[in-house]
Amino acid sequence: MGPGVREPTTTVTVNGARLVANLDARVTLLDALRDRFGLTGTKKGCDQGTCGSCTVLVDGRRVLSCLTLFAQCDGRQVTTIEGLADHPLRAAFIKHDAFQCGYCTPGQIVSAAALIREGRAGRDEDIREYMSGNLCRCGAYPRILAAIREVASGAHA
Amino acid sequence: MTAEAIAEAPVRPVEATPGKQPMIGAPVRRREDRRLITGQGRYLDDLELPGAYEAAFVRTPHASARIRSIDTTAAARLPGVIGIWTGADLPELVKPIPPKVSNPLLRDMPRYPLPPERVHFVGEPVAVVVAESRYVAEDAVELIEVDYEVLPAVSSTTAALAPDAPRVHDELDDNVAIHVTQVAGEPEEALRTAPHRLSERFVIARGGGHSMECRGVAARYDVGTGQLTVWPSTQSPHYTRNMLAYFYGMDEDDVRVVVPRDSGGGFGPKAQFHGEDAVIPYVAMLLRHPVKWIEDRSENFVATMMERNQVHHVEVGFDDDGKLIVVKNVFEHDQGAYCAGLQVPMITLSTLPGQYRIPNIHTELIGCYTNMVPTSSVRGAGRPQAVVAMERMMDRIAEHLGLDPAEVRLRNMIRADEFPYKVGLTFRDGSPLTYDSGDFPSLTKAVLARFDYDGERERQALARSAGRLVGIGLGAYVEGCGLGPYEGARLRLTNDGTVLVTLAATPLGQGYETIYAQIASDAMGLDMEHIAVATGDTSRIPFGQGSFASRTTVTAGSATLQAGRELREKIFEVAAVLLGAPAEELCFQGDRVCAGGDPGRSVSLRDIVQVSNIGKHGITMPRGVPAGIEVTSYFSPERASYASGIHAATVEVDPDTGQIKILRYVIGHDCGNVINPLLVDGQVLGGFAHGIGNALYEESFYDDAGQPQSASYLDYSLPSAIEVPKVELVHQFTPSPLNPLGVKGAGEGGTIPVPATIANAVEDALRPFGARITSLPITPAKVFAAMTATNHR
Repeated sequence: MGPGVREPTTTVTVNGARLVANLDARVTLLDALRDRFGLTGTKKGCDQGTCGSCTVLVDGRRVLSCLTLFAQCDGRQVTTIEGLADHPLRAAFIKHDAFQCGYCTPGQIVSAAALIREGRAGRDEDIREYMSGNLCRCGAYPRILAAIREVASGAHA
Repeated sequence: MTAEAIAEAPVRPVEATPGKQPMIGAPVRRREDRRLITGQGRYLDDLELPGAYEAAFVRTPHASARIRSIDTTAAARLPGVIGIWTGADLPELVKPIPPKVSNPLLRDMPRYPLPPERVHFVGEPVAVVVAESRYVAEDAVELIEVDYEVLPAVSSTTAALAPDAPRVHDELDDNVAIHVTQVAGEPEEALRTAPHRLSERFVIARGGGHSMECRGVAARYDVGTGQLTVWPSTQSPHYTRNMLAYFYGMDEDDVRVVVPRDSGGGFGPKAQFHGEDAVIPYVAMLLRHPVKWIEDRSENFVATMMERNQVHHVEVGFDDDGKLIVVKNVFEHDQGAYCAGLQVPMITLSTLPGQYRIPNIHTELIGCYTNMVPTSSVRGAGRPQAVVAMERMMDRIAEHLGLDPAEVRLRNMIRADEFPYKVGLTFRDGSPLTYDSGDFPSLTKAVLARFDYDGERERQALARSAGRLVGIGLGAYVEGCGLGPYEGARLRLTNDGTVLVTLAATPLGQGYETIYAQIASDAMGLDMEHIAVATGDTSRIPFGQGSFASRTTVTAGSATLQAGRELREKIFEVAAVLLGAPAEELCFQGDRVCAGGDPGRSVSLRDIVQVSNIGKHGITMPRGVPAGIEVTSYFSPERASYASGIHAATVEVDPDTGQIKILRYVIGHDCGNVINPLLVDGQVLGGFAHGIGNALYEESFYDDAGQPQSASYLDYSLPSAIEVPKVELVHQFTPSPLNPLGVKGAGEGGTIPVPATIANAVEDALRPFGARITSLPITPAKVFAAMTATNHR
C-alpha cells in the first residue's frame, strides 16, 4: 500500500469468525473479503454499486460491499455467501434452475435471504422490486423469483 | 399432437443400452450447481497466483486523436509501481490483430493492441501500468500525462456516410469498410412490377454483451520450460492461443491457454481478441513474474466490443393476397473503429428472408468505420436486426392490405415439405443458404393456439373501445447455427477407471460438465457417474474453435457421440480378451464390463486400465488388447443448421407516459432434438431477457464527439427482475439431418425476434394514432414523440 496512507486496525466478525486486519483506509469490504480473507464467493460485477453481485449482509442489512469501506465495518457482523451454508435458498435455486453462469448468484442468494427475513417477499411484485438491484445477464429472473417465492412461503420445508 | 405433448416427449435420437435410462433428453440437474451456489465457483479473479502483479491501462479520453507524447515519470516514481509501457515501448506488439472473419472486399485498417501513434475510439488503451496492486496501478494511471492532438470524430453510420464526414482512418478516402451485395432472382424488376410496395427505415441502437464477470487475463511465464501459461476469461481458448503464438512468435505448444473452470458469462464479446489479451502475457514474460488484469466495469463500458447498431432501408413488393414478391434491404452496419470481424453483418445479410418464400431478394451491406469501440458478436449476432427489417414489414403489409398479420405470415411461410430449402443467398459460413429442416407453419399455429390469438384480438378490441392502447405483435425468425468449421472431443479411460471427456470448447454457464456427460453416457451405454468432463485447456486437446454462434452442442456434441461409440468399442475389445467372450455379448454394468449379463463374468474399468493403459514394465501385452484407451474425434458439419421460432406478445402503452407494459408473451422455439430440456429452457428464457433489453432499454449512447454517455448501469439500463415478464414456452422438435444428434443451437433464439415482436406490438397499440415506431430501443420518450407527431384526434 502507498506510503502515508492510514492503515487503521479493523476488527470484523465474518460468518462468525473474528478477523483483524490493518489495511489501507481505502480498501473496500469487497476487496478485503476476497483478497485478504480468501472469501472469493462474493463477486465484483461493477465496482460502482450498480449490479448487486457483491451484496453481503452487515449487521443483517444488505449492503454493496464494493461501496463499503472495510474500515467502516469495525465491530460489525458480516455475512457472505459462505456463511449461508444451510440456507434453504440454496436448494431452491438448484431446484428451480435459477442460475446459469453463477457469477451473480451469491449476491442474489444473500439479497434474497435478507429479503425473506425482512418479510418483504410476500408478493411477486415485492420480490421483483426488492431484487431489482441484483442484475443477472443470463436472465434467470423468473426462476430466481420462483425459488425465492418457494422459500418465502415455507413450501420448501 | 399439441406442442406441450411434444415437449414432454422429445425425440431421443440415440439408442441407449437396453435397461439403461437414456440420458439424452432427460432434464438432468447440473453438476456445476453445487459449487456455484456455495460461493465455491472458480472464476478468473478467484485463481490463486501468489504474488501476482496487477495491471491497469491508460485509455484515451478522445474518440479520435494523435498521440504527441506520453509522460510517465511521475507515475514511475510511485512506490509499488513495477513497470509502465506505452505502445512505443513495445514495438514487438505493433502488429495488427486480424479480423476474426474477413472478406476480400474488406478495406482492413490495422488494430494494434497498444497503438503507438493514433487512437480511434474512447477507451482504446495507450499504456499499461503493472504494480503491486490494482490500487497502486490505478493511482499511477492518474499520474500519466498524455498529450493528444484531438481530431474530429464520427459516432454514427449516418455521420460516417455524410459527404465531407471526418475520416476515421487517415489512410482511407471515406469511412466505408466494406460494401457487399447479395441478390437472388430479379429484385429490381420485381420491385418495378409489384402490385404493392412499401418501404421504411429502421434504426437499431448499439448494445453490449454485459457478462456480469468482465473480461480479464492472467499470465505466468516459466523460464525453465519456456512455457507461457495464460488464463483468459474467453469463449475461445484455442483462438487466443493461436493469436498469442502469432504475436510473440512462439510455438503454439509453448503457449498454454487455460480458461478457469467457471466463467461469469460471455455473450459474444469474450469470443473476440482484444488488445489487452496480447499486452498482459507479454509484460508477464518481460517481467518473468505473474501479472493479472481484471477489467473493471468502467473499462468494460468503453473498451469491450459491442454490437447491434445498424440502420436498415427496407422495401418490400407484394401482391393483393399479401404474398411477398421481393424484398430489398440496404443496411448500414457500424463496424466501430476497426473491423474486428465481419461475422455480424454477414449474418444480418443472409438472415433477412427468414421463414418466407421470397423469389427476389436484394440484401446489401454497407459496413462503416466510426469512432466507437469496435463491434463484434453479442447474443443474437446480427440476426435481431435482420428480423426487425423483415418482421416489421410483414406487419406493414398486413396493415396496408387490411389483413391479419398472422395470416400474412402463414401465407408466405416455407412449408414443411420444402426442406432442404435453398434461399438463393450465401450464409456466412460460406455455404449456400439452405435451411435443413423445420416446420414453420405448425410452430406458428401452436404458438397462436397457446397465445389464444383470436381471443387476444377480441380482448384487444374491447380494451381499445375502453380507450386503452393495447397491441399485439408477432416475430418469426430463423437462426443459422451449429456453425463449422469443427469441434472436437477427446475421450479417455483414465487410470482411475473414469471416462474423461475433454472438449476444446469452454462453457459460459451452459452446463457442459453435465450435457457432455449425458451424451457420452448414451454413446457408451455407461452410467453418467463414471464420466467426467474437462474443458477449456489448450494443453489437453490441440485443436478447437470455441463456444459461440450456438454451435457447440451440434459440433462438440456430435464429436462426443462419435468418440463415445468408438471408446466403448475399444474398452470392449480389451474386455473381450480378458473375459474370453465375444465383444457383441458385452455390456456395462456399473463400472464393470459384463459378458452375457452375468456379473460373475465381468471385469472392472480399473482392471482394463491396468492392462491397457498402465501395463507391466517390459512385459508384452496380451494379444488383441489395444494400448492406451483413448479416442479423439472431430465433427465438421457440412453447413449450418437452422433453428427457428416465433414469438407473440401483447403490450399496453400508457398514453400519458409512453411506458410500455408487456401483458402476455409466448415463445415458440424449435432447436431440433434437445439434450437437456431444463437447460434449453434456461437458455431460451435467458435469451429472452436479453431481447427485452434490446427492445426497450439498452443503448450504448455516444454523443456527436464520440463520447460514451451511458457508461454505467445507472445510464445503461440492463433489464432487472422488474423488467422481465412471465413467459410461456412452446417447443417443437424438428431434428436436424446434418448431425447425428439431430440438434440445433439453443443459445440465441430467445433473443433474436424480441425487438421485432415488441416493436410490432407497440406500433399495433398505437395504430389509432397512426404512430410509427422505427427506432430501437423503444423508450417512453420515443413512444411519446411518435404519438404526438401523428396525433390528429
